[in-house]
Amino acid sequence: MTVMNMVEALNSALKNEMQSDKTVLVLGEDVGVDGGVFRVTNNLLKQFGPERVFDTPLAESGIVGTSIGLSVNGFKPVAEIQFDGFVHPAFDQLISHASRIRNRSRGRFSCPLVVRSPYGGGIKALEHHSEAMETVYVHTPGLKVVIPSSPYNAKGLLISAIRDPDPVIFLEPKKVYRAIKEEVPEKSYTIPLGKANIVQEGSDLTIISFGSMIKTCKEALEQINYSIELIDLQTLYPLDTETIINSVQKTGRCVIVHEAPKTAGIGAEIIARINEKALLSLEAPVERVTGFDTIIPLGKREDDYLPNIKRIKKAVEKVMNF
Amino acid sequence: MQKTIAKFEVSYLQILDETGKIDSNLMPKLSNDDIKKLYELMVITRIADDKALKLQRQGRIGTYAESKGQEASQVGSAYALKKEDFVFPSFRELGMFVTRNFPLEQYYQYFGWDERGNKIPENQNIFPIAIPVGTQTIHAVGFALGIKLKKEKKTVITYFGDGATSEGDFHEAMNFAGVFQLPLVFLCQNNQYAISVPRSLQSHSETLAQKAIAYGFDGIQVDGNDIFAVYKATSEALEKARQGKGPTLIECLTYRMGNHTTADDASRYRTEKEVKEWQKKDPIDRLKKYMQAKKLWSESYEKEITKKAEELVNKAVEKAESLGIPPVEDMFKYMFKEMPPELKEQLEELKNE
Repeated sequence: MTVMNMVEALNSALKNEMQSDKTVLVLGEDVGVDGGVFRVTNNLLKQFGPERVFDTPLAESGIVGTSIGLSVNGFKPVAEIQFDGFVHPAFDQLISHASRIRNRSRGRFSCPLVVRSPYGGGIKALEHHSEAMETVYVHTPGLKVVIPSSPYNAKGLLISAIRDPDPVIFLEPKKVYRAIKEEVPEKSYTIPLGKANIVQEGSDLTIISFGSMIKTCKEALEQINYSIELIDLQTLYPLDTETIINSVQKTGRCVIVHEAPKTAGIGAEIIARINEKALLSLEAPVERVTGFDTIIPLGKREDDYLPNIKRIKKAVEKVMNF
Repeated sequence: MQKTIAKFEVSYLQILDETGKIDSNLMPKLSNDDIKKLYELMVITRIADDKALKLQRQGRIGTYAESKGQEASQVGSAYALKKEDFVFPSFRELGMFVTRNFPLEQYYQYFGWDERGNKIPENQNIFPIAIPVGTQTIHAVGFALGIKLKKEKKTVITYFGDGATSEGDFHEAMNFAGVFQLPLVFLCQNNQYAISVPRSLQSHSETLAQKAIAYGFDGIQVDGNDIFAVYKATSEALEKARQGKGPTLIECLTYRMGNHTTADDASRYRTEKEVKEWQKKDPIDRLKKYMQAKKLWSESYEKEITKKAEELVNKAVEKAESLGIPPVEDMFKYMFKEMPPELKEQLEELKNE
């Protein structure tokens, strides 16, 4: 075991997978010599050489489109999109192609690529560097969507994503990149996709969240006197409905926390599933603590946008006192 | 049968060399006052840029993209514009903003985490800074098409870097501009790096200028650290555009002396030696040498304009820092002309926290 931050844990995952599977490639903007702008791919070029780790021209559609071709040809590309806000030129490739190759070819071809990208707000960055776009991917049939919350689950989830036979969008909360350090095994291990993690068990209320908001929720829990069950979704598609429903049936109360805009956010889907499978267990309407239906502001107002301890506490009180 | 059906050439323009000597046959018409003005604009740009870097290091502004080394490309091209011409910039255009007399305090305000800084004053024809790479080039196309449809005599210039020439949007913009024969200048600042990726790995083309040929219009490469060459090439391209003779791509060969942004460490991917070589080609030093020989420059002049530039910059910073934080309503107010009910509700929620 070594103490790692999320950047180091992701780097370790890439190293493990590249060592054990020669078909794993890393490509993207500045992933080679520079080691990625957040250094997730640091030293991989040195260790694995320019045929397995390479910088591409500055073209996101090119990066994802090329990864599709590589994956159809037997490779496992792990493509980096430098910032979440820069992925959009690649949407045609992701939405019209990566997600559909298996279905379109009736299983003749598949597209086991991973697109990694720093995700979400909280570091007072420039415009287009703080978006939370997960719902768009979740709403695209054929894509799996993974968002880790800590160094430990980041590594295990990334290894699973690379081994997965289908395209996986892997969103790395940049606020957490260096904010949490914990023990992470240097050897390879997996955390299954499609499974949520119960971070803390409780009986009064369920909080469902993921990504950087897990840290915010944990901080809020220190100030909350109820018995809270905290669920870290880890994978947003496929969604672990079973864990959600079991928990809500037990507690009867639920708050969902995510930094993406409220309207049509993943919170809405979770509420729909609770309505379908656990409506009669509810003691109160489910509350959402989310970003607003606005562009995430630049640094001076960013904290007003992102869910915070105060808003989480308020939502918990509202649900408990319904 | 097999025969050659097309042949192409790409020209390179340099007027002011590294030693400060000019090729007088190529020298554009510029008065001594113009030359001094160009020099002063570059000095202001460099001082303002240095200041931004210092402010970032002190935590007073956020991530900042330096312009150092690219002053001639930015100032020389912007100086060729008429007031009515429209600019579609990227995120590294301080010299253009300075030349167009954009309120400097807004520049610091924008990089100081405040959207209000990107609100271009009503009387200035500049589109807000585009952070995604190359996307502005296609907006410039649409604006230029509008000018053509309205039969106006205005032109449009769009700024971008070497990295942007790899993006699909850039190629679509070039193609549209050629097909529609638009009054548009594509001003590429080839500063040799897209973050860590060198120009040689960005495109296998010998020049970026030659990309214009594929789209059916002229491309020229100029010494981007030679303000006279940049000014001349841009003036001619704008004039051509004004006469309805279509777009031009200008590749300014220059160098990003600093990091990509304050979040970058260029020493990871380029050598000190290379940086020193480019230092010798500095755009400001070069013009200074020329002005010295022409007796347009003296120590006292340098002192005077430096002092003026510092005062201007310090005042702008002071003003920027006095503007406080934007009202919380601003987050919601500009999403739509009329605020939809769900946004009104969310705004109330936030205000009542």
